Amino acid sequence: MENTINIKLKVWRQAGPKAKGRFETFELKNISTDSSFLEMLDILNEQLINKGEEPVAFDHDCREGICGMCSLYINGRPHGPDDDVTTCQLHMRKFKDGQTITIEPWRSAGFPVIKDLIVDRGAFDKIIAAGGYVSVNTGGVPDANALPIPKPNADEAMDAASCIGCGACVAACKNGSAMLFVSAKVSQLALLPQGKVEGARRAKNMVAKMDELGFGNCTNTGACEVECPKGISLANIARLNREFLSAKAQD
Amino acid sequence: MSSTLGSSIGKKLLMSLSGLFLIMFLVVHLTVNSFLLIPDGGEFFNAGAHFMATTPAIRLIEPLLAIGFLVHILWGVKLTIENRRARGNARYASGKKTTGVTWASQNMLVLGITVGAFLVLHIAQFWVKMKLTGDPLLDHTTISIGGVETEVENAYALVNTTFSYLWIVVVYVIGAIGLAIHLSHGFWSAFQTIGFSNEIWRKRLTVLGNIFAWLMGLGFSLIAVLQYFFYQG
Repeated sequence: MENTINIKLKVWRQAGPKAKGRFETFELKNISTDSSFLEMLDILNEQLINKGEEPVAFDHDCREGICGMCSLYINGRPHGPDDDVTTCQLHMRKFKDGQTITIEPWRSAGFPVIKDLIVDRGAFDKIIAAGGYVSVNTGGVPDANALPIPKPNADEAMDAASCIGCGACVAACKNGSAMLFVSAKVSQLALLPQGKVEGARRAKNMVAKMDELGFGNCTNTGACEVECPKGISLANIARLNREFLSAKAQD
Repeated sequence: MSSTLGSSIGKKLLMSLSGLFLIMFLVVHLTVNSFLLIPDGGEFFNAGAHFMATTPAIRLIEPLLAIGFLVHILWGVKLTIENRRARGNARYASGKKTTGVTWASQNMLVLGITVGAFLVLHIAQFWVKMKLTGDPLLDHTTISIGGVETEVENAYALVNTTFSYLWIVVVYVIGAIGLAIHLSHGFWSAFQTIGFSNEIWRKRLTVLGNIFAWLMGLGFSLIAVLQYFFYQG
């Protein structure tokens, strides 16, 4: 049997990067508890469009929790009240009938608002471009067993690689720090032989870019790890610190 | 080198290393303080204070300690200001409902200011009197160190008299508890910053840090309280 709820939304509206924003309130009736949070917003926007009003702008893409496009700060938490899921995989059954839901964009100086709930996360792309890759000369694909990799390293690298770059870590951080993101992107390569070659340069360049773009200094509060939809561990930040400091010591 | 210490991780490295240095100082300080509990009229404590004041190696470390404090305070303020800027001016209307984040980790500056305020009083009450102005209570007394009769400052009398005032004991307990909460995050965080942490060590360091923090906090508090109640007259 399908359950439905009536909810009240308090949504951040902002016409543009320089415009002054404000909250706007909407009421939605008969929302299926089986619908996702973004489907609920689709319903809202459909109603707004039918009334000839401006729909609420929000980021979304794959809607299966792997692209890192959706964001939203919902009722005091990035990606809402559920743990280890992105907003697109958050379901309306996590909310109560008659509840007021406050929806805000990520708030951090490194992520300026573009419109309504959409922020500019281009800074993350710039950090990746500064070193978050391996340089590979073209050629045949090597055999998977040609380069033995210890299972724990492979597992940890895969865990780090599950970072989707959504920015929830920065949104949750009281320091506006991007360390969890950068540490995941450094760790996923630092743990593997292919990534070790450029390891020192990568750590230095990515940290330098992160600092240049105005992200804050990590104070190890751990809020990022709690709110990360992929459960990226703080151990990665310790690894980034090691990688960076030993790279600098080698200079 | 400048680009290392100027980077975000470099600045945190300075906080970490100065913090660890101050932690070592705390251990020495509490050890000497524990002599206050030996009921020998302060003889052993005076010997300890005499050793700390006259040993050349320790006198050399003293300015280093001052630098350690200064670096920790100045960079702490600098990092906080930078982090507020990085955070931006906009605040979340729906608040912060992230669970599992310790209060200490989010209030290190406030706790640091608490300890710092205590430190000003503490230095005025002891260090200034012992090193600069002198005090009638410090009049020399003769104790036996290893069978040798030695004339030393009566540091015990100054400490004992200071701890006869209730308000001072209360302020010291507040300072020590502030220190304990500060250390409950600072200890493991210092190791995390130098890269000495992983999934397993994080748990170990957090437990170790909490034990250490409260050993320090309660140790300093208890000595002051016991002095007030049981060592007067």
